[in-house]
Amino acid sequence: MKPTRNLLAAAIALALPLLATAQGEVDLAPYVPVTDARLANPEPGNWLQYRGNYGGWGYSPLEQITSKNVGKLRLAWSLSTGQTEGHQAPPIVNNGYMYVTTPGAQVIALDAASGIELWRWKKELPSDLMQLHPTNRGVALYGDKVYVATVDAALVALDAKTGKVAWTAQVGDPKALQYITLAPLAARGKIMVGSSGGETGVRGFVAAYDAATGKEAWRAYTTAAPGEPGGDTWPGESYKNGGGSVWITGTYDPATNLAYWGTGNPAPWPTEGRKGDNLYTTSAIALDVDTGKIKGHHQYHHNDAWDWDEVSAPVLIDTEVKGRKVKAAIHAGRNGYLRMLERQADGKIGFIDAQPYVYNNVFTAIDKKTGRPSYDDSKRPGMGKAVGFCPSLWGGKDWPPEAWNPKTGLFYIPANNNLCAELPEAEPTRYKKGDLYIGYPIEGVLGSLRYKDGKKPSTIGELQAWDLKTGKQVWTHKFDTHLWAPLLTTAGNLVFAGGTNDRKFRAFDASTGKVLWETATPSGVTGVPTSFQVKGEQYIAVQSGWGVDAQRMQSGIDSLTGKPQPVPQGGTVLVYKLEK
Amino acid sequence: MNRPAAPHAPCGCCAADAVDAPRRRVIQIAAVGLAAPLAVATRPAVAAVSGHRLVEEDAEGTPQPLRVADLKPGKPMLAYPFDTKTGKRRDETRLNKLVLVRLPDAEMTPATRARAAGGVVAYSAICTHQACDVKTWLSKEKVLVCFCHSSKFNLFDDGKVVAGPASRALPFVPLKLDGDQLVIDGTFSTEPGGSA
Repeated sequence: MKPTRNLLAAAIALALPLLATAQGEVDLAPYVPVTDARLANPEPGNWLQYRGNYGGWGYSPLEQITSKNVGKLRLAWSLSTGQTEGHQAPPIVNNGYMYVTTPGAQVIALDAASGIELWRWKKELPSDLMQLHPTNRGVALYGDKVYVATVDAALVALDAKTGKVAWTAQVGDPKALQYITLAPLAARGKIMVGSSGGETGVRGFVAAYDAATGKEAWRAYTTAAPGEPGGDTWPGESYKNGGGSVWITGTYDPATNLAYWGTGNPAPWPTEGRKGDNLYTTSAIALDVDTGKIKGHHQYHHNDAWDWDEVSAPVLIDTEVKGRKVKAAIHAGRNGYLRMLERQADGKIGFIDAQPYVYNNVFTAIDKKTGRPSYDDSKRPGMGKAVGFCPSLWGGKDWPPEAWNPKTGLFYIPANNNLCAELPEAEPTRYKKGDLYIGYPIEGVLGSLRYKDGKKPSTIGELQAWDLKTGKQVWTHKFDTHLWAPLLTTAGNLVFAGGTNDRKFRAFDASTGKVLWETATPSGVTGVPTSFQVKGEQYIAVQSGWGVDAQRMQSGIDSLTGKPQPVPQGGTVLVYKLEK
Repeated sequence: MNRPAAPHAPCGCCAADAVDAPRRRVIQIAAVGLAAPLAVATRPAVAAVSGHRLVEEDAEGTPQPLRVADLKPGKPMLAYPFDTKTGKRRDETRLNKLVLVRLPDAEMTPATRARAAGGVVAYSAICTHQACDVKTWLSKEKVLVCFCHSSKFNLFDDGKVVAGPASRALPFVPLKLDGDQLVIDGTFSTEPGGSA
C-alpha cells in the first residue's frame, strides 16, 4: 500500500531537481489545491472531477480541437497500466497533474503533457477477494489530496504530490460483498461514496466522510426502513437486503447544497417477496450534503423486476425543456426512457416529460403528472414462468455517462437498442452473506440476452443526440455492434466516444453525428474521455481497456451469433493532441 | 455547478494557466531505482490435506462427511475440507472452498480420471480470474462457468480454461474413496485464488 515512486515523489514535494533520464523532464508548477470554488466553476483547461463539472455534463469548453481540424489528432503519449479488465476511469487533470485509476485498486499520477509517471499507488488486495466488477471509475480531487474508493470497500486519501496515504476509512464489508467502483464526490469538506452490491443483497447507501480526517459524517440508506418516509413500500424486513446500490458518482448543485444520486435495482430480482414500490431503489435522490437527509426523490420505475439499475446521476442543466426554462435534471434510464425532471427549490424533484429512446415493451403508459409508468404484467419475470422483455438486463443505457453540450444545446446518449432478455422461472432464494442474491438460475441469467425480433438486427449501438427544448431526437449514429461508450463533448463541436468491440476511439460532429476521426487502440475503449489544456495545447485523454459488462454483453452476443468476437484486454492511458 | 459556455477567457485556447500559476520549476527525473515492485497480494494459508474429508458448504448442524451418493450427476456442490481429527471444517479462508462435480468417468482424460473418486472430481471453487465462486454447470456445453465474467473450465481435463478472461486452469485436488466417503488424497495442484 505504498507509492512506488518514492524518490520522485519526494523530489516533487520538495521541488528538488533530479538527474535527467530516459523518461525525460517534468515541467510542473507546485500543486494548486482544489477548492469548492474551483469545483463549482472549473477552469476550462482543467478536468477536476468525474464528469468535469458538478452538473455531470461531460463537457469541455476548450475549442482548439474542432470539427474542422480533428482529423489531425495524433497520439501525444501513452502508458501501459499493467492491469487487465475494465478501465473506465477518466484521466482527471489539475494544472498538468493527471490522476488515473485502474482495476486492481491502483492510482497513477502523471505529468499530463508528457506522460511521465510521478507516482503510483496500489493497494494490496487479498487473493480471495471476489470481484464481480473489477474496475474503478476515478479519483476525486479536494484540497491537496486525491481520494480513491477501492473494490474492497475502502476510501483512501492520498497526498496529491507524493501518493502517501493520509487516511483510510473502511466504508463497507467486503465479506458481505459490498464493494466500491465509483469515483468519490467532493463538496463542502466532505467526500461522498456509495456501495455496489445490487446482486449481493446490500442495503444501498451514500456515505460522507470528513475530507481532512476520514471520519464518517453521515450515511443515508437508499432502502427505507419502517417508520421512515417510504418505509411502507417494503414488506417486513426485506429492505435490509433490498439493494438500491449506488455505484456511479452523484452530481451536485452548490446553490442548494444538494447532491443528486442514482440508485440501483432492488434485490433479489423477483418481486414476489417485496411487493410495493421499494423506495428509493431505481430512483434519483436529492441529499443535503451537510446532513445526508433525503430532501427529494423521483422513482424512474417502481418495484423493478428487470435489473434496470438507474445509477447514472441525473445531469443538472439550467435550460429550456419542452418550452419552459427550468433547473433540469436529465437522465437516460436503463429502462429505456429519457427522463426530464425539474429540481425544485425545496429539494423535491418534479416530473416534466419522458420519451422512449430505445425499444421498451414493458411500459404501457407514463403518467403525465408524476412520470409513474404502468406495466404490461405479462412482461414481468418472476416465479412460475419464463418471461421475455425489452430492453435487456443492461437496459437502453447502462452506466456509461451521457453528455450535455451548451453550445449545440444537445444532450447525447450512448444507447443500445434492439436487445431484449428472457429470464427463466425464478427460484426460491434467501440472503446469505457473501453470496449472490439474485433469485434466478445463474445459467439462465448468463444466457438471457435476446435479439428484439429473434434475429440479428442490422444495428444495436446508437449514439443519439436530443434537443431538450423540443424533447425530440435530432440525430442518431448507429453501429452494427453494441456500444459501451462514456461520452465527452467539447466546445469544438465534437463528441468523443469509444465503446465498440473493434477497439476504435472516435470523434463525431456534435451537430450532425458524422464520424470525423477514428483510431484503433490496444484494447476496447470503455473509459470516460476527458479534455484538458497544458501550455496552450488542448489534449484529449482516455483509457483503453475492455472488460466487465462490455465483455459480458459481448459474451451474450457471442452466444447468439455462435461466432465469438474476441477483444484483447490490457489497460493503456492514451493522450492525443493536434499534429503541428 | 454548471460550467458556463465560455468562462474566464474569450477563447479556450488561451486558458492554459487556469489558476494563479506560481513560478514553474523544472524537475528532471531519475528512473534508476524508482521502479519498486508493486505490492504482492496476500495469500492466506490454504488447507487441502491428504486424509481430510469433505463437508458441504451450507451444511447445518454436525458436519457429515460427504459420500459419492450425496452428489447428483452434473450438479455441482460447494464443499470445504473437514479435519476428522479436530472435527473442524477448514473454512477459515474462502480459498479452501472446493467445487465437487460427479461426471461420467469415460469422458475424463486418463489423468483426470486417475484423480477422481467414484466419478467425483474436486477443483478449487475460486475462479482464477477475479476470485468469484465458480459453481454453475452448463449441461449443454459440459463446462463449469463463472457467473462474474463467464470464464469456462473443462473439468474433464484438469480444469483447463475453455473460454473467458481467466488465463489459468482451476487448481484440482485429488480424491480417493474410503468406503463410499470422499477423501482428499493430496493438495491443490496450484495455488487457488484470483489474479487481482
